[in-house]
Amino acid sequence: MNPIAHSPHAHAPVSIGKVMATVLLALVPATLFGFWLYGWPAVNLWAVSLIAAIVGEAFVVRLQDRKVRPVLMDGSGILTAWLLALSLPPYAPWWIAVLGSLFAVIIGKQVFGGLGQNVFNPAMAARVMLLISFPLEMTSWVAPSQSPGLLDSLRITFLSQPVDGMASASLLGHVKTEFTRGIGLDQALAGYYAPLDMLWGSRTGSLGETAAVLLLIGGLFLIARRIITWHAPVAMLLGVAVPALLFNTIDANHYAGPMVHLLSGGLMLGAFFIITDPVTSPNTAMGQFIFGLGCGLLTWIIRTWGGYPEGVAFAVLLMNAATPIIDQYVKPRIYGRDRKGAALPANKG
Amino acid sequence: MKLFDLRGGVHPEGKKNLSDERHIRALPLPKKLYVPLQQHIGAPAAPVVNVGDKVLKGQLIATAQGAVSSSIHAPTSGTVVALGDHAGPHPSGLPVPTITLESDGEDKWIATEAVADPFALTPEDIAARVGAAGIVGLGGATFPAALKLNLSRSSGVQTLIMNGGECEPYLTCDDRIMRERAAGIVEGIRLIAYAVAAKEILVGIEDNKPEAIAAMQAAAQGTAVNVVAMPSMYPMGSEKQIIQVLTGREVPAGGRPADIGVLVHNVATAFAVQQAIRFGKPLLSRIVTVSGGAIKTACNVEALVGTPVQELIDFADGYSQPAARLVLGGPMMGQQFTNTNVPVLKGTSGVLALMSTEIGQSEASPCIRCSTCVRACPVGLLPLEMAAHIRTSDLAGAVALGLKDCIACGSCSYVCPAHIPLVHFFNYAKGDLAAQERSKLKQEATKKLADARLERIARIERERAEAAAKRKAAREAKERAAKEAAAKAATETG
Repeated sequence: MNPIAHSPHAHAPVSIGKVMATVLLALVPATLFGFWLYGWPAVNLWAVSLIAAIVGEAFVVRLQDRKVRPVLMDGSGILTAWLLALSLPPYAPWWIAVLGSLFAVIIGKQVFGGLGQNVFNPAMAARVMLLISFPLEMTSWVAPSQSPGLLDSLRITFLSQPVDGMASASLLGHVKTEFTRGIGLDQALAGYYAPLDMLWGSRTGSLGETAAVLLLIGGLFLIARRIITWHAPVAMLLGVAVPALLFNTIDANHYAGPMVHLLSGGLMLGAFFIITDPVTSPNTAMGQFIFGLGCGLLTWIIRTWGGYPEGVAFAVLLMNAATPIIDQYVKPRIYGRDRKGAALPANKG
Repeated sequence: MKLFDLRGGVHPEGKKNLSDERHIRALPLPKKLYVPLQQHIGAPAAPVVNVGDKVLKGQLIATAQGAVSSSIHAPTSGTVVALGDHAGPHPSGLPVPTITLESDGEDKWIATEAVADPFALTPEDIAARVGAAGIVGLGGATFPAALKLNLSRSSGVQTLIMNGGECEPYLTCDDRIMRERAAGIVEGIRLIAYAVAAKEILVGIEDNKPEAIAAMQAAAQGTAVNVVAMPSMYPMGSEKQIIQVLTGREVPAGGRPADIGVLVHNVATAFAVQQAIRFGKPLLSRIVTVSGGAIKTACNVEALVGTPVQELIDFADGYSQPAARLVLGGPMMGQQFTNTNVPVLKGTSGVLALMSTEIGQSEASPCIRCSTCVRACPVGLLPLEMAAHIRTSDLAGAVALGLKDCIACGSCSYVCPAHIPLVHFFNYAKGDLAAQERSKLKQEATKKLADARLERIARIERERAEAAAKRKAAREAKERAAKEAAAKAATETG
């Protein structure tokens, strides 16, 4: 290190590796729940995602003649792959995980210049790429708690041989399908919507997106550790819940209520772990609130009127694109200046 | 008293317990003192002694030059042995103009004039005596105190704030002086308030110094001096921030505290003022905290200006282990130094020998835009954005984001999980901007001179041509007249 160093000569005991490790720790409960709920195929998929991301990132960093070790040690690639794995259908084939992970760390991050440079959330970019490229694999859901054996699970993940009778539909997908058949919400939800199961996460859905309570606890842990602030998550939940409540009050048979929306799809994971990605979100508290609100509103709009049953990933990418403009207009007031940046008047009072 | 909120701020580990119970002790008289001519903001002082001169303690050895400057006095009695360069307390360790004094060991004072009732003096007289005593702001800014008094009086200051914040970790020099010399400080405060006709006097002390608060409150009993406990948070002791916390008002950008009717002085400066006015003693010494994990016995010493730092380290029983870094001042804003022969200055608050675990710095990694720095900045800046602009040499972009409002407190660098040296970026940019502005002024001046020269040459040419034309016209007129006369004569004769 440079023998002459500039002040300060004291630093808080923090590092990027520690930040990433804390986020990973916060993801552990929801991930373990996903493993328990969907069994070995979920574990396989998670492991394949992580390995693909590590190998893929190491390879491209090597191509750039940069040191591999510090890049891998910062933990950001692992976090990206982990988040992507949590958003995949648990019985998805191995190549979905590999393609998604490689796309996330290479196209989503390294192509932009590596950590801190990417415009879009890598995990969500990969998820959207997979969804529009492989709609069948990305929407093949299974009912929870089937617990296939280890051999069966290897067959599911690596030979794409789904075991019969496991197919199911997610709540949001089911509602959308029923709508196209002209069936209202009251009938569509009957037998499908069990609020308590939704809360704990015993439902059909992505690998690690279902455990609303565990994700919430992980999020609160991150807020308590000051890794994230409440602004973006609360705003996103409000952005979904407020219009849901409003339209549900107007026409309950056509618009699902706030609880259905809050506990479905990838909202909880999105609100606490995806849109709090610092790289792709605004850098002021106010900006983060606006960003979260936009993510929530767009999610609700896509779910309600869009072609896809779930809209979190699309909403996040759209708001990622809006981040620079939010940062341009939302800035803190500088000491001794008014909001417009002009010096305060002298006042001897 | 109602306190106001401060934006941002950080909570570095205080480490004050290393030295806060250690009484101020006078350092043994050093053999040689190295007294630099520049120990203040402004122009360096000019020496008024020659090599070989015998001087007495307190004798003027260099006088203030120009409007912003400060005088310097002999810290002890002895002989001037050199007028020349000596390593300065700067990271570069480059030599600076210095008066070297060899102590005669007698420490014999020059005749001083004590004043029985200092409040009978006029405010102008007080400011003049403060100036003559060579007092500068002892909080670290080292702005000449007399100038500040005069500026404040002429601009009508209402509120005098005495800064006892001492928010820098490790430093306990202000804490100790408030505990041990509260009566003198309070009298100094009252003298400053009298000199600027302040109506309200607030002494702000961080609540991690309860003994200092108690001592100051006891000494202030029955006076107009109001001692206020403030929450402990860095940078509470920064001038702009202490004003904000105590008054809820902000110094306008680019302005001075006097613009909002406030004057801020450090508590140790008040003690120096009291010593100067009541006893006629110029500023010759200051309290310095010697601390850090690599120092064997952390302590607070009263050191003469010009004392080599090595003597302070020796007084603290030397190092307990090799120091990873030596710092003058506090860890948040202090400067690294490598040569322990550099002298203590009027503005030297601490000498720290730090272990690498205390510094906690590692190699910088990429910015992840986590905006922890935005939350920590007490000014409301976007350190990450400013650094990104400076990295690409876009200084104008950094200025547009508020670079010039940055107080270089180091909060952003302290909290950065990527260990990016943000303040280093900002100070580099400020230095580059200053250099650019200087060269621009120089260019403008050169251009003005060149233009003036061209104009002068043109004018001389023009004048020459005019004179030539005039001469020609005169000659022609003469010739014509002669011709006419000749013709006339010819016709007359013809």
